[in-house]
Amino acid sequence: MTSPRATREELERRLATYVGAAAGPPEVGRDPVDGALVRQWCDALDDRNPAYLDEDAARASTHGGLVAPPAMLQAWVLPGISMSRAAADPENRQRELHALFDAQGYTGVVATNCEQAYDRYLRPGDRVTGHTVIESISGEKATGLGSGYFIDTRTTFRDQHGGQVGWMTFRVLKFKPAAPPAAARERAAPPKPRRLRPALGHDNAWWWDGLRCGELLIQRCKSCGQLRHPPRPMCGACQSTQWDTLASGGRGSVYSFVVMHHPQVPGYEYPLVVVLVDLDEGTRLISNLVGVAPGDVHIGMRVEARIEDVDPELALPLFRRETSAGG
Amino acid sequence: MTTFTLDTSDEIGVARAVGIRDLTFFSRVPHGGGAAVGVVHQAAMAVATGAARTVVCYRALNGRSGQRYSSGISDGPTTSDLIHWSWYMPFGLMTPASWVAMFAQRYMHEFGVTSRDFAQVAVSTRKHAVKNPRAFFHGKPLTFADHQSSRLIVEPLRLYDCCQETDGGCACIVTTADRAGDARHPAAMIRGIAQGAGGDQEVMTSFYRPTISSLPEMDLVARQVYSISGLRPEDVDAAVIYDAFTPIVLWQLESFGFCAAGEARDFVNGGNLELSGRLPSNTHGGQLSEAYVHGMNGVNEGVRLIRGTSCNQPRRNDHVLVTAGVGVPTSAMILGKAA
Repeated sequence: MTSPRATREELERRLATYVGAAAGPPEVGRDPVDGALVRQWCDALDDRNPAYLDEDAARASTHGGLVAPPAMLQAWVLPGISMSRAAADPENRQRELHALFDAQGYTGVVATNCEQAYDRYLRPGDRVTGHTVIESISGEKATGLGSGYFIDTRTTFRDQHGGQVGWMTFRVLKFKPAAPPAAARERAAPPKPRRLRPALGHDNAWWWDGLRCGELLIQRCKSCGQLRHPPRPMCGACQSTQWDTLASGGRGSVYSFVVMHHPQVPGYEYPLVVVLVDLDEGTRLISNLVGVAPGDVHIGMRVEARIEDVDPELALPLFRRETSAGG
Repeated sequence: MTTFTLDTSDEIGVARAVGIRDLTFFSRVPHGGGAAVGVVHQAAMAVATGAARTVVCYRALNGRSGQRYSSGISDGPTTSDLIHWSWYMPFGLMTPASWVAMFAQRYMHEFGVTSRDFAQVAVSTRKHAVKNPRAFFHGKPLTFADHQSSRLIVEPLRLYDCCQETDGGCACIVTTADRAGDARHPAAMIRGIAQGAGGDQEVMTSFYRPTISSLPEMDLVARQVYSISGLRPEDVDAAVIYDAFTPIVLWQLESFGFCAAGEARDFVNGGNLELSGRLPSNTHGGQLSEAYVHGMNGVNEGVRLIRGTSCNQPRRNDHVLVTAGVGVPTSAMILGKAA
């Protein structure tokens, strides 16, 4: 068994044999430069340059006739779906090089740079051929994606007369995929946005705990019996700090309401109906009204609460239209 | 120096930048726009007691480009303030427009007020902004139809029921009448000034009072301001009425006794907020149409009205009312002419 270092040396020795080699046979365009493909390209990019699209305007222009967008240079020689079968082509040394990397665990590939230069405009009827050379292969580099090698190729494009019409350099990184960092994993599977959490303290945590136990609680002064919501540590009527709770029946009527449209905050569904409910026990409470179209909500409407889990960690007393006579 | 607790520029930071050396008094007032006149109140008390001779009251905010007021409040240490917001945030009631809309819905229900009445406030205020080169909406009129066709923000409020979000800053100086007499521009005299918080007061969400169709905290401020100044509603010639949202203007007209409870609708429909009306109001364009600087721009407009230098100067200007934020512990003052 060879050490990893020996493996790398062996790999790099083999890589060196590819540098300067033709990537494969010349890439011969399947079709001549033609107006239909130009129009598709322009549609896709919303390019309305009349020199590409309008024969009369092009004739009157400095070009003297229709020309193709220069950035289509490589498009004229792409082999289409057969690209996916090129691995089987024994003459394609670029594929062979990639296979060598794959076998060593450098299975990732990402294009990192591309530059093009144009010698002249292509015109309908031109036939283009690309000649690609593997120009260089870097040493092993540590990157954010994982450790790997950069492969630079240079393609020279020639027309039907052998004249150069442009060139392109292209760089890819072949790499051993590293485990994605936590942040990237989160981006890949964003958590479902949740409603804002209540902040919990001495004066309110018990109320939220009550909801988790299925009870809508109302604070009650132990001294004078006054109910109070939102809760507070002392009775404003008799100054007693002794209190207990009453479980509300959850029934009441709408005292006021709003329908929220903007801004829309993640975790909530809009339009969102927020109701101020007069509970039958006598206290008032803010919550949401669900199952009723916003246009059908009205002040005085009878409603009843059902405690529901809006997410695994938050239960809320959501109101619906009252279904039977309240007690 | 006085400012808002919400201000992001602290007093000594401002002092360093301006080159002020010895600061003998600094104080902050809480609860957002409720502080607009509160900062002047603090300054007046400091000057009256001799704690300071000259006080700068300021408010600056990047309301548009910085932190916006509508993204919810749920982080930070567990304070009583955060526990308060926890009764609303999980249910999505998290914007100033939504808190005001909850009161507005009930007010409309009780007094037969409609969105068209709110439109009156927006349209009359915009008329003033159109002539104010400092206003965001300078030269941009608003029609009744524009208001009624604007999109719903929080029903029953539409876009033009809401003020803007502004990057801006304002300051005013409070000093003794003697010292003011030497200043380059004439001063306005503070005739009456007060702060107030009502019973069962919350910040923007006092939903639990027997009725929510009036403003007990502003009623309290109004009683004090009239009592201190010895003036009555009929003595007030013009007003700067805090207008972060249109309905709150109606409620304050009732608090300050310009009309009875539930009758502000008739008052605004009678053109009374316009220059030719009974109470020319928000002559700078208000926060709806000049800028939202948390009411400090209104304090300065109050001074301009007394000086006679407003872009929309009413004929009578002996006494000008300036109010602060609504739905929060708040403040107001009546300005008059220096003796």
